[in-house]
Amino acid sequence: MARMKFLCDAERCIDCNACVTACKNENEVPWGINRRRVVTINDGKPGERSVSMACMHCTDAPCASVCPVSCIYPTDDGIVLHDKDICIGCGYCFYACPFGAPQYPKVGNFGSRGKMDKCTYCAGGGGNEAPGSAAEYAKYGSDRFGEGKLPLCAEMCSTKSLLAGDGDVIAQIYKERVLRRGYGSGAWGWLTAYHEDIEV
Amino acid sequence: MALSAGIRSIAVAAMLLIMTAMVPAFAEKFAPDGAPDPSASVIGERALLNQVPHVEGQITIPDVKARVLIQPMGRTWDCFHEVLLHWGGAIVILGTIVVLGAAYLIIGRIRISAGRSGQKVLRFKALERFSHWLTAVSFVVLGLTGLNVTFGKIVLMPLIGPYAFGDLSQAAKYVHNFTSFAFVAGLILIAAIFFRDNFPQRVDIDWLKQGGGFITSKHAPAGRFNLGEKLVFWLSLAAGAAVTVSGFLLLFPFYGTNIAEMQVAQGVHAVVAILFVALILAHIYIGTLGMEGAFEAMGTGEVDLNWAREHHDLWLAKQLAKQPLHERGQSSATPAE
Repeated sequence: MARMKFLCDAERCIDCNACVTACKNENEVPWGINRRRVVTINDGKPGERSVSMACMHCTDAPCASVCPVSCIYPTDDGIVLHDKDICIGCGYCFYACPFGAPQYPKVGNFGSRGKMDKCTYCAGGGGNEAPGSAAEYAKYGSDRFGEGKLPLCAEMCSTKSLLAGDGDVIAQIYKERVLRRGYGSGAWGWLTAYHEDIEV
Repeated sequence: MALSAGIRSIAVAAMLLIMTAMVPAFAEKFAPDGAPDPSASVIGERALLNQVPHVEGQITIPDVKARVLIQPMGRTWDCFHEVLLHWGGAIVILGTIVVLGAAYLIIGRIRISAGRSGQKVLRFKALERFSHWLTAVSFVVLGLTGLNVTFGKIVLMPLIGPYAFGDLSQAAKYVHNFTSFAFVAGLILIAAIFFRDNFPQRVDIDWLKQGGGFITSKHAPAGRFNLGEKLVFWLSLAAGAAVTVSGFLLLFPFYGTNIAEMQVAQGVHAVVAILFVALILAHIYIGTLGMEGAFEAMGTGEVDLNWAREHHDLWLAKQLAKQPLHERGQSSATPAE
């Protein structure tokens, strides 16, 4: 069974934010919610690097572990999905998430949060809705994965910096790149997300 | 000459050593094809995380907290929440219940040794009782809805199923958020009303020496509040302040706090709340099951004269000096003070 992962090659990311736009468009993500974002480290200084980040679909996902209603779970492909009909919007998954992935619509006074929303790896929702149905699309977004496609953010990345797919395959692609060009600042987030790094 | 030649050879050897040491560092700046390495000045993720607790950068969206790229403490917080808090919380709360059960079996209900006199003395006025019950009822509501967040998925969810549990927890979350204001109001009232009578006194030491009223053969002297009650007051005030401050930080997430501070706020809130529940369990026990004649003080506001004599003799003496018993024709209708 393939284990789906994301990998952002920071040497190739040009901070164009096309992945962010693609995600928003493909999944009709509401205003104020960003399932994917690009963070630039050392902006304007030597060693500046940009990393596109969303839910990394962690191994032993801490969000799933801390959820007080256990609405987050990994699928057989290692994709971390959640059921919005159970979610209570407590915000604990955001405290536990190493990558700031969970998002919440603001629904009331104070800091009260609505049902959590996050990257689904373009694999639809974790609820009871039929895969690919309009109800599922309205709640969670696209189910490209069910159609045999990978997440749109990675698929349309112009520099092929953002890779999605089976963890072993994308790790191999990254390794070959690093060997060929002779450098690489590492697979950002892998150690924290998957308890393993890509050693070249 | 021989000496200077020796120094020179050492210097040359040292220079050679330094040069050979520099070669790999120099070579690292070039890729295999001879092009300069554009990653030479990049600090890798591991090195960054060794320097700072989380990696932060610039973003193009207004959401300030999204600047944090990686924060591995999330996993630490997960460990705290799912292992330490579950086990620690369960041990503290169940342990308290076991200890109180044992106390009931061993010591039993502390009776009024002289029996009831039938005469009543006013102990708590209406406003005092209102403040207590406002705090008490909101505490129980907050405690149950709060414990549901930590233990609900273990205790309740298997019983009623995930969807019913989700709906219930959603409602519980809102109840918890809004009841907090009633609790804080009650806490402030209690602090203001009972502040003076809870200052430590010399008699508290005597009370402790006499076994704090748990040894029925000995008389433990006390003013309006004994040392045990004073401890409940001060500990409740301290715990109440801690859960209030941390609770409002959680109620207004990321209003001037960052991710690490939110994690600390949740940790403080959960740990203090569990200890607070344990303290109040003991308080409820001694106020109801544990002691005859204690509950009516907060129930009707009036206690039996003999109960007051046995537990709060100094306070009773003061009350009687103000208004002797024979002048208290209808003490229940007209408060003494």
